[in-house]
Amino acid sequence: MSGVKGAAGKQAVLVLGCPQVPVQTSIAIYLAAHLRKKGVVPVIAGNRAARLNAEVSDPDRHYTGEIMDLDRFIEDLAADRRKFDYYFIFIHNDAGISYAATVQSITGATVVALIYGEHFQEMADAIEFPCEKIAAKAVHNPMPLKKKIDEVLPWVVSNL
Amino acid sequence: MGCIESLKYEIILRGASFKECRDYVRAHCSEYYDVQPGFRIFEKAVIGVPPISIGLDGDTVTFPYTKPCYGTFLMQIDDHDEAERIRHIAPGKKK
Repeated sequence: MSGVKGAAGKQAVLVLGCPQVPVQTSIAIYLAAHLRKKGVVPVIAGNRAARLNAEVSDPDRHYTGEIMDLDRFIEDLAADRRKFDYYFIFIHNDAGISYAATVQSITGATVVALIYGEHFQEMADAIEFPCEKIAAKAVHNPMPLKKKIDEVLPWVVSNL
Repeated sequence: MGCIESLKYEIILRGASFKECRDYVRAHCSEYYDVQPGFRIFEKAVIGVPPISIGLDGDTVTFPYTKPCYGTFLMQIDDHDEAERIRHIAPGKKK
């Protein structure tokens, strides 16, 4: 593991939305793998369907790791029982924006909004709170969002 | 959110946006309070884009409830104790 200076031992949470957009799970596992290469431990939070998609896609947890229930994640943040160094929020609908705003408001951290799906621009434009946006029209093909992650992730890990 | 789903509730808006829920509460509830995400309603942290408007009409609590797959529901639950708790601890009464 090569790692990035200052990133070793840090934790990132990947907050998944409803898995109805096909690219979500592949992007989540791709992001988890790249965070690990940079020395960051990924934790996935999602509802049951999103968690099961991640678990079935990575049965031996080579890339993922801890996978937690979305409601418990929010409760732990709100009760100050848990903190992370990076917050990646997957957004393809209005609910995703609500979760991102909630995480930003509770933690005061700069969250990274991963915005994708058919209506990605509409979703990106609807976000008015401060955050880093990584947005691409990725629905079935993950490559547009993957390319954006490749461009931005080194900066995110070094600067947030 | 098992505890809310086990209560007797009415759905006012289904699959709504956070803004639609806020606008409805402000327009239709006799009093409302603006709270931040994480404020506890029926023992659960509320999800949403701040400010989140919580409405009260007597003992009826109107509040948004977000599910990842279905967007935001605006729900109403009659509960005297919860309505009084919100009146006493919610920071920003607006109406």
